Amino acid sequence: MKDIITQLNPAFDHRNRLGIMSVLAVNDWVEYTTLKELLNLTDGNLASHLKPLESQEYITVRKKFVGRKPQTTYGATEKGRAAFRTHLDALEALLKLGRDE
Amino acid sequence: MSNPQQQLEHLAEMRALMERSTRFLSLSGLSGVWAGLCALVGVAAVYAYLDMLPFAPAGKYYYYDQAIRTVKWGLPYEWVFLLLAMAVLGAALAGGAFFTIRKAKRRGERVWDATSRRLLVAMAIPLVTGGIFGLALLWRGYLSLLAPSTLIFYGLAVANGSKYTLRDVEYLGFSEIALGLLGIFYPGYGLEFWAVGFGMLHILYGLWMYVRYDRS
Repeated sequence: MKDIITQLNPAFDHRNRLGIMSVLAVNDWVEYTTLKELLNLTDGNLASHLKPLESQEYITVRKKFVGRKPQTTYGATEKGRAAFRTHLDALEALLKLGRDE
Repeated sequence: MSNPQQQLEHLAEMRALMERSTRFLSLSGLSGVWAGLCALVGVAAVYAYLDMLPFAPAGKYYYYDQAIRTVKWGLPYEWVFLLLAMAVLGAALAGGAFFTIRKAKRRGERVWDATSRRLLVAMAIPLVTGGIFGLALLWRGYLSLLAPSTLIFYGLAVANGSKYTLRDVEYLGFSEIALGLLGIFYPGYGLEFWAVGFGMLHILYGLWMYVRYDRS
């Protein structure tokens, strides 16, 4: 039990951060506004959850101009994908354990 | 650490997010029903123009002898055929867009986003290829291959696109491909195969999808 809990990543210990990683795990690049709509978050809220993931290098940012509008897109890094996978495996193991008890 | 119940909820939420961010889920079943009706009307118009009944014995030659000699409503057959085909396509697309946009609005989702774009691109590749292929068949006079090959390419487009929309659409794609392949072995029954593939299959699948996803 203890082993499994140490496998859970504190960086993902929030449903919004889990949500961000879920979306980025199955999409190459996702626009900031799309993320906001999908997760139903405010600007401030989304930014505050993106920042820690970014500083851990789990996600990367790409900024470009489409016409005159700046467009910010996010993608998961290899490191982020691996960490997310480990976290999901731990979650799965934990839930299995709970069911067997 | 939160309890297992909460973790389970998180997992369900994550699954929904993955689904919603990769698949265009607002595709309406009614779009299919409408497209099917348009196709049936189009085929019926061709029968009316040629004064023929479905499965008429002359079908063996793809109505060719009769078709090529017919000039009615002030237009030769090729023109009637092409104009009808374009009208059916236009009406099917316009009505299909209408029902799907309506469904997206009701679900509070955008119609034009990364998922619908991906769906259209995935479908466009086999569709454009099939369209050019079909025109070449027409041009070269391989008329008996026209109906089956359009069904096959359309089926490939639908099967390919199903990765980016409601999964069940895949079965429609497979059915169209199977029907098209069968059609190659029965030259001369192109209109009948079209009526089944673009008409009846669309209506059946559309109704099924409508009952399963839209009615709530």
